[in-house]
Amino acid sequence: MGKPGKEQMIEFYRQMLRIRRAEEKLMEVFSAGEILGFLHVSIGQEAAPVGVCAHLRDDDYIGTTHRGHGYAIAKGIDLKRAMAELFGRKDGYCMGRSGSMHLADLSKGIMGANGIVGGGIPIVTGAGFAAKYKGTDQVAVATFGDGATNQGTFHESLNLASVLNLPVIFLCENNGWAEFSPRPVHAKIENLADRAASYGMPGVIVPNDVVEIYEACGEAVERARRGGGPTLIEVKCDRWYGHYVGDAQKYRGKEKVDEAMAKDCIKEFEARLLKEKILKPADVEKMQADIAAELAEAVDFARRCPYPEPEDMAVGLYV
Amino acid sequence: MKDIRYIFAIKEAMEEEMERDERVFLIGEDVGLAGGSFGASRDLFKKFGPRRVVDTPISEAGLTSMAAGAASCGLRPIVEIMFMDFVTCAMDSIVNQIAKMRYMFGNQYTMPIVVRMPEGAGLNAGPQHSQCLEAWFAHVPGLKVVMAATPYDVKGLLKSAIRDDNPVVFIENKTLHAMKGRVPEGTDHLIPLGKADVKRQGSDVTVVAVSRLVNEALQAASDLEKDGVSVEVIDLMTVQPWDKEAVFNSVGKTHRLVIAHEAVKPFGIGAEIAATVAEELLDELDAPIMRVGAPFVPIHYSLEKAYVPGSRDVKNAVLATLQRA
Ligand SMILES: Cc1ncc(C[n+]2csc(CCOP(=O)(O)OP(=O)(O)O)c2C)c(N)n1
Ligand SMILES: [Mg+2]
Repeated sequence: MGKPGKEQMIEFYRQMLRIRRAEEKLMEVFSAGEILGFLHVSIGQEAAPVGVCAHLRDDDYIGTTHRGHGYAIAKGIDLKRAMAELFGRKDGYCMGRSGSMHLADLSKGIMGANGIVGGGIPIVTGAGFAAKYKGTDQVAVATFGDGATNQGTFHESLNLASVLNLPVIFLCENNGWAEFSPRPVHAKIENLADRAASYGMPGVIVPNDVVEIYEACGEAVERARRGGGPTLIEVKCDRWYGHYVGDAQKYRGKEKVDEAMAKDCIKEFEARLLKEKILKPADVEKMQADIAAELAEAVDFARRCPYPEPEDMAVGLYV
Repeated sequence: MKDIRYIFAIKEAMEEEMERDERVFLIGEDVGLAGGSFGASRDLFKKFGPRRVVDTPISEAGLTSMAAGAASCGLRPIVEIMFMDFVTCAMDSIVNQIAKMRYMFGNQYTMPIVVRMPEGAGLNAGPQHSQCLEAWFAHVPGLKVVMAATPYDVKGLLKSAIRDDNPVVFIENKTLHAMKGRVPEGTDHLIPLGKADVKRQGSDVTVVAVSRLVNEALQAASDLEKDGVSVEVIDLMTVQPWDKEAVFNSVGKTHRLVIAHEAVKPFGIGAEIAATVAEELLDELDAPIMRVGAPFVPIHYSLEKAYVPGSRDVKNAVLATLQRA
């Protein structure tokens, strides 16, 4: 898997920007009380979803977490129906039953976000199992945080995928935090990719850079497709807005948060593209405007969708 | 008809369904090379190979969710949990994931998975190898729960469970594994889920039972016949959703109800049936509803015989409803 071309780099930038703006929009409507429950954004972590999804086809699988909007968007979810789901509306992907924490679009291989930390990892491993069973060259990508690597399901899944030689990519976004516990509180080792060694699979560490993530994932996806088994990839990133929207991060302190925000995977990539003349400032402006329009339309669609009726509550519980 | 053992009927059901449908596979600990800890998959590995009879590490949570992931991608897994007690390690998988994936993702999924497990005392295996936990699963929307009392039933119910597009917790019973009984020849023996079976007709008292207690209830019924008491025995077979109509019809006839299971009595499935009858059919009752279940303590290693309910307990409960105890 080679280096990305110019067109691809532009697309990386556009997708990262879409995720960023979409989540900013979500924060806005969440704060206005238009969406319910918890909202976990991945702002500052947009490189990983874009880097990995660039290698995936519609029939490849991805599983996400409570912080999973980025992957759903990068894998091709329709923003209108996704927004409607977060607004709890009937025409949302999950009939208004799931909200942010269980967003799914199986037709695009988006197997669903999971509210149980570590719960989705073995499920995605099962998608890899199914691909191998059917003899296809599909791959499955399990995404999760640093905190999830302490769950039994993480270890069981890596071991299962390794023993059964499944086409699975385990993609860990190590943002340094599990809720309000920094990494040293929850894991003794600094590099979670080291855990791959226990399961006889490659463990790869990459910085929060879309191109480097793209390249590392390319190798892993290609190996998985040709029957070479699973890989664990650890992306070193940071969490800007705390655990959930509304987290004041007093435990971290403003200085540290500012420091984190100073390292922006989108701004850095933008600077590079501008410097290398792959992008012009006018292109950026146009993209920003297009994305803003797309999001306004999505929010408008969501607002106009009806809520499900109480009679809809049990529809389809059993086949 | 032919006479076969319960455990062999399980094997036949899986074998036939695997032959019938390429998407069906068996996964679990020691199911392949070893043929299953209780022998349920003996020879299946030889016949179908490691692709379809999959030995896994000791990872109940991981393997059950992995099977769920495969089910959501079009396969039809049968998961074997070695002892029902070990399913506790897979509760996230079954309760949070399998039971909810279809519903919570807006019906995008079907979840055609069967999780098989043997429950119950009988081996003096103590508190962590003998439990009956069916009520837990019956309490979770999205799951079906099936329990079989005879070789005939276990085969027909398991085949239906495998063909069902909903997740089914399929509960076997260890003391029944060796039981011999008549099973139809051929591969189309199916028993519909959600329907109870009147195992014995009677007119004085209805006993609703599941799994091993069905056989105990039948024993009690034939003992009581000698005393001039006519007992109707209903085998629920599917616990969730349970066949209310069959139970109500019977209670409408006998006006007396006993519910019997091996699980501990408090908060068991007996409580649900009793409550439903009390809510909707109280006028029909001529006596208080009686429940038979194990005492509310962990299963005792050396006092196992005294611990598990049997035909005597059913008989006493029946007599109590007739105020003859
Ligand atoms: C089984 C389970 N335990 C605890 C929680 C509460 N919880 C939600 S997110 C989270 C932290 C997860 O940290 P990490 O895996 O690093 O993901 P991040 O939030 O950083 O993206 C916790 C403890 C949960 N949802 N599920
Ligand atoms: Mg984290």
